[in-house]
Amino acid sequence: MAVIGGDVDGFADELNREGVDAIHTVAEGEEFNHDVYTQTVEALYDELAPEVLLLPNTVNGLDYAPAVSNGLSLPLVTDAIDVEYGDTLSVTREMYGSKVETVVEVDADRVALTIRPGEWPPAEGTGDAEISQFDVDIDESSVRSTVTGFQEVGGGDVDITDADVLVSVGRGIEEEENIALVEALADTLGATLSSSRPIVDNGWLPKNRQVGQSGKVVTPDIYIAIGISGAVQHVAGMKGADTIVAINTDASAPIYDLADYGVADDLFDVVPALIEEFGGEPPAL
Amino acid sequence: MGESFMKVLVAVAEVADVEDEFAIDGLAIDEQYLNYDLNEWDDYAVEAGVQLQEAGDDVEVVSVTIGPERADETIRMALAKGVDRSIRVWDENLEGTEYLDSGTKADVLAAVVEDEQPDLVLAGVQSDDTAFGATGVALAEEVGFEWAAVVNDLEYEPGSDTASVHRELEGGVEEFTDVELPAVLTIQTGINEPRYASLRGIRQAQSKEIAPKTLDELGLDASVTDSDVSLTQLYEPETESDATLFEGSPDEEADQLAELLRDEGVEA
Repeated sequence: MAVIGGDVDGFADELNREGVDAIHTVAEGEEFNHDVYTQTVEALYDELAPEVLLLPNTVNGLDYAPAVSNGLSLPLVTDAIDVEYGDTLSVTREMYGSKVETVVEVDADRVALTIRPGEWPPAEGTGDAEISQFDVDIDESSVRSTVTGFQEVGGGDVDITDADVLVSVGRGIEEEENIALVEALADTLGATLSSSRPIVDNGWLPKNRQVGQSGKVVTPDIYIAIGISGAVQHVAGMKGADTIVAINTDASAPIYDLADYGVADDLFDVVPALIEEFGGEPPAL
Repeated sequence: MGESFMKVLVAVAEVADVEDEFAIDGLAIDEQYLNYDLNEWDDYAVEAGVQLQEAGDDVEVVSVTIGPERADETIRMALAKGVDRSIRVWDENLEGTEYLDSGTKADVLAAVVEDEQPDLVLAGVQSDDTAFGATGVALAEEVGFEWAAVVNDLEYEPGSDTASVHRELEGGVEEFTDVELPAVLTIQTGINEPRYASLRGIRQAQSKEIAPKTLDELGLDASVTDSDVSLTQLYEPETESDATLFEGSPDEEADQLAELLRDEGVEA
């Protein structure tokens, strides 16, 4: 296991879980820099010669893993959700927006994998790993990007993480004008309106309404997902809701893997009827 | 003003979208359930390239696609949106490749980069269908360019040797990074508002060049398609759904749903 940058000793202690044999700390840089990471991981690889190089399938992971694997001429498989070690290595990953799973076999002695966060249970207990410092000579001339700052986005008047009931809207709403329909439902129910990523990408709702990996993680009592298919990035932000209700015509959409209740029917018929059930007035679209 | 010439190369993929109901044929989805389209992320990359072209005096935007002749229709869409000309790489070796991994794609695109010598390469973060998310950064490493992954804001003055980008990290945090050119940027959705092609653009696209290239013409050996990775299974995952589905007419469904919500404490 390798810890690079930041409070490496603190992280090393935290990662010293049962089953971990060795932890290498590399105290290079306060913030993530892919040039430093790429050089460091390649140096560690040369020193340790692992059969499998496991990297995270995160925004930063995808900022250095392909460079490392390409530089080391290792086959790369990204976003693994399962791994089996047999005669060859078999990796399970999804395709077509989680509609199918595939197994790919890697016929090589050494391989780089990025693994999807949350697919494996965290290691537990306390280990007796040997923690040692690993020194890398960073070639500063090939550090050609500089982090100049960070910013939290999605602030503002509404905090969707505070809401008890969220009415959340996705791509199935089709047109910007139709947002009025889910707004009316949220108003009628006294709920807060949130959304999946495409709605924010389209500029139909502000960033502070976005639920998911790059947005907010929410844990309301009730989450009503309307026209949301349930892409993995979205699910990462709402799977902790107590009760999940889905309204989506596609009964095989991944959102139904999480939903407690569902209506596999046209949201443009169901939502107006639901507004009326609670004494509200559906908008004319 | 008075900037020097700049070239932007945009990697454009044609991807397959699968219908809700589909059937699997061997290791692929039955062709009749697939609809081909411009990769969503690449639509934003095209827009970013065209915006640079419009902001500068002398900026050429070239697109590159690895794909069969069918992809010309998708490439025409990019041309109609303002891309100046296109390159499409395909031959019998690529046709016969069962699993086109990111290393192979990076090698092919690297040969195009060597030919074209762009200042900036824009690629989508990932493709809709495989969601591999690795080609852009692997390409940068291959050609020795700097790079930035998952870019959701780009500021660049043509002629400058640095681009200022925002990278979208998890949890609503953005990183500000300065990247030296030449560079590969992988573009995140939402970075801009991709335009619709105008009728004039669509007409003009008809006379723009789509240059077909083979691996051989790019100076690549057929062995570039060799991969240690092979697809061995493709299946519909067993549903993990234990959702209670309300059924009936929309009014009946809404009625049952309303009852549930009231039980859960929702009051109008």
